[in-house]
Amino acid sequence: MKLRTLIPGALLVLIFLLAAVVSFVWTPFDVTKLDIPNKLQSPSMGHWFGTDQLGRDIFSMIMVGARTSIAVAFIAVGIGMLIGVPLGLAAAANQGSLIDELIMRTNDLVFAFPALLIAIMITAVFGPGAVNAIIAIGIFNIPVFARLTRGAALSLWSREFILAAKVAGKRATRISFEHILPNILNLLIVQGTIQFSLGILAEAALSYVGLGAQPPIPSWGRMLAESQTLVSLAPHVALFPGFAILLTVLGLNLLGDALRDWFDPRLQRLRS
Amino acid sequence: MLRYLFKRLTSLALTLLVASVVLFVTIEIVPGDPASFMLGINAQADTLEALRAELGLDKSKPVRYWQWLTGMLQGDFGTSYTYKTPVANMIGERMWISLPLTLFALLISTAIAFPAGIYAASRRGRFGDAAVTGMTQLGVAIPNFWFAMLLVSFFAIKLGWFSSGGFVGWDQGLLAGLKSLLLPAIALALPQAAILTRVMRSSLLDVLSEDYMRTARAKGMSKRSAIWRHGLRNAMIPVLTILGLQFSFLLAGAIIIEKVFYLPGLGLLVFQSIAQRDLIVVESVVMLLVFAVVTVTFLVDLAYAWVDPRLRTRS
Repeated sequence: MKLRTLIPGALLVLIFLLAAVVSFVWTPFDVTKLDIPNKLQSPSMGHWFGTDQLGRDIFSMIMVGARTSIAVAFIAVGIGMLIGVPLGLAAAANQGSLIDELIMRTNDLVFAFPALLIAIMITAVFGPGAVNAIIAIGIFNIPVFARLTRGAALSLWSREFILAAKVAGKRATRISFEHILPNILNLLIVQGTIQFSLGILAEAALSYVGLGAQPPIPSWGRMLAESQTLVSLAPHVALFPGFAILLTVLGLNLLGDALRDWFDPRLQRLRS
Repeated sequence: MLRYLFKRLTSLALTLLVASVVLFVTIEIVPGDPASFMLGINAQADTLEALRAELGLDKSKPVRYWQWLTGMLQGDFGTSYTYKTPVANMIGERMWISLPLTLFALLISTAIAFPAGIYAASRRGRFGDAAVTGMTQLGVAIPNFWFAMLLVSFFAIKLGWFSSGGFVGWDQGLLAGLKSLLLPAIALALPQAAILTRVMRSSLLDVLSEDYMRTARAKGMSKRSAIWRHGLRNAMIPVLTILGLQFSFLLAGAIIIEKVFYLPGLGLLVFQSIAQRDLIVVESVVMLLVFAVVTVTFLVDLAYAWVDPRLRTRS
């Protein structure tokens, strides 16, 4: 495995995961408490990342914001996997049939709506919020996993061990879950990492435009939106949430690269 | 090729048709009557009825869908509930910002990615390659709206080279218009440039290991001229495909970037319309963007099939 991407990647992801988990029980300051006299304080020993325009501690807000980002992206990837993978398996098991055609055409349809457009439609109808952001990103993830699963599963259906399972009388559904799925799990994990990082970016973008998590739930995207007019006055207000997004996504991408190399020894050999 | 074209065209039309149904049904779920919204709570019942009839809201849903669909095909997107002007005119005005912004970003993305990708591939495993690859990791991970904010803070506020937002208008001249769009286009282009650089690099690396490249080198051709004369052309196929697909991402991404720079494009129109519950505008803009995405994907598929005949037979 490529250690030079695995270690920094895993470390970055671990830091933000830890921040999110710890924020449930402890943050240096209460993120809902306003402290106007101490607004826009520069980073100091008291406030490591300074304070925002309402005097809230930015470090604490980033910790709680990590919770929102990770939760939205994680559940959205979960939705994509839980729906997309069985659809992809069904399409591959019935290649060329009406079911395959229907699943793939529906996928094309969802692909026609970039995640942001789905989010716009959903929020236009149901109103903005973290749940709707999850649904929007999740819907976008479904065809990604369905296509990947179908493609990978199709290449396995002609292999001897699958033919043997067929001869043994196993039904297509059982073969899909017992033999195909374990063999494509590595691909799904790698894609999951990539979609996770895209989910973090999408959640931040949706929150930035006001379609994601709503106040008082802190989110990195909204922290950036609120800091937009303050960039020149108090740069730290915009810098820290931005770096939080950048480092989390970078960590996930590095981890994804390392996992891909690990799961694909052929690629590892080629690279070295 | 004709058979392939017909098949893809049918699929394109079907996708658009189903997308329009999905969009119409989704927007129809929204509770509330647009006519009451336009006239306010003190509206008279007969005035309300008259407006409902004028907007066609008194008709059944299938009839309204049909009218919306056929109207769109003729360039009629209905009337905005808030501004009471034709939606087509509103979209037309905003399009003159969003479309040039997208194309400008595509141009910048290509201008960065092609040389960077070629440079990295030709120096595989060396410092230059590692530097470019590292930069692309950062480029992919950076949120473009944050990068946009940093650009504004440095180039507009600190150095004063650009305005921090807004659009001067094309009537001020092409250069002034492009200058207004430069920072937004750079912010929009950066992540796509990073992705394209990676594709360019890996595609060129694949080609470099081909036999015909070895033959070219064995015949005495320098590495540089072998890349330019033989490698690049063959490495271009996947790159062009990604480039075409990036158009959709850039068009959707422009919605966010327009908000950072207060550019009065389609993105700002959508967000204003959501805030004002002017759903007919949201519906029309989303349909238009879906049309753009599907059409560009279709054109990319077509170009790909034209270049690689195996795809035509496989389909």
